[in-house]
Amino acid sequence: MSVSPSRILRNLLREEAFYFFTSIGNYTGQNAASLGEFTQQIKQVDIKSLEFHLYREDFEKWIAQTLGDARLAAEIKDLRLRKAVGNLLREQLHNIVSKRYRMLKGKLAFKVTT
Amino acid sequence: MKIKGTSVALDNLDWQILELLQENAKRTYTEIGHRLGMAHSTVYDRIKRMEDHGIIKKYGAILDFERVGIIPITAIVTVYTNPKESEKIAEKLAEFDEVLEAFSSFSEELVIIAKVIAQDQTQLHSFVAQSIAPLPGVLRIRTSIITKKFKEEPFRKGFSYDHARKNE
Repeated sequence: MSVSPSRILRNLLREEAFYFFTSIGNYTGQNAASLGEFTQQIKQVDIKSLEFHLYREDFEKWIAQTLGDARLAAEIKDLRLRKAVGNLLREQLHNIVSKRYRMLKGKLAFKVTT
Repeated sequence: MKIKGTSVALDNLDWQILELLQENAKRTYTEIGHRLGMAHSTVYDRIKRMEDHGIIKKYGAILDFERVGIIPITAIVTVYTNPKESEKIAEKLAEFDEVLEAFSSFSEELVIIAKVIAQDQTQLHSFVAQSIAPLPGVLRIRTSIITKKFKEEPFRKGFSYDHARKNE
């Protein structure tokens, strides 16, 4: 069963947000409480944080379990398996997430206008 | 022991009783009396007064978790906070079972320092990520996992005797 774009794009409660860490217990102070914010944060957070979370599978889990977007989670898993690191990881992750974000926003707009 | 307003001044004998109790809280009044050359009833009276005045807060057991196969990890978690929310964050932290001690400190920024235990690094990270990071006013967090302990003693003698002498 597919989850609706509006559900995936919704604003989350503070407890459900994604909190960016650079290592065990070291919180950067940056968080994302929606897919939109997540897309923005990917461009800003420390590279170490992106690597830390990607290889702990935190992004996949949050996107699948909290946002409910299994498709985006699968795309991020593919990125993990390609062992991306550094700026290339940031660029590729941002491409994947922002593309999906735009698609969902488009679907939502189409649904609203029809 | 002398009571001056809300503060209590201990004499040298009180401090010696406290030191013996801090070494071993199961010592009897008689044993303490023998060690210090006083009647067990005097020891009882002094201890009772120190309990009644909250100088002795409680008696507890110090466990060796490794003996029962539990080896928790300990971490010092420094929470940088918005000054307006700092007090609330500290109070909230103090409610968690994982937090053994919590302090506020002011250096360049207002921080809360907490001693935290967890079963392993995964549980520690989950606790910090799910219970501390989402608290309103938390700016960032630094966590240091303790790898080796060189000393763990309660505060006693040395300073306390000097302090007592100054008050005599």
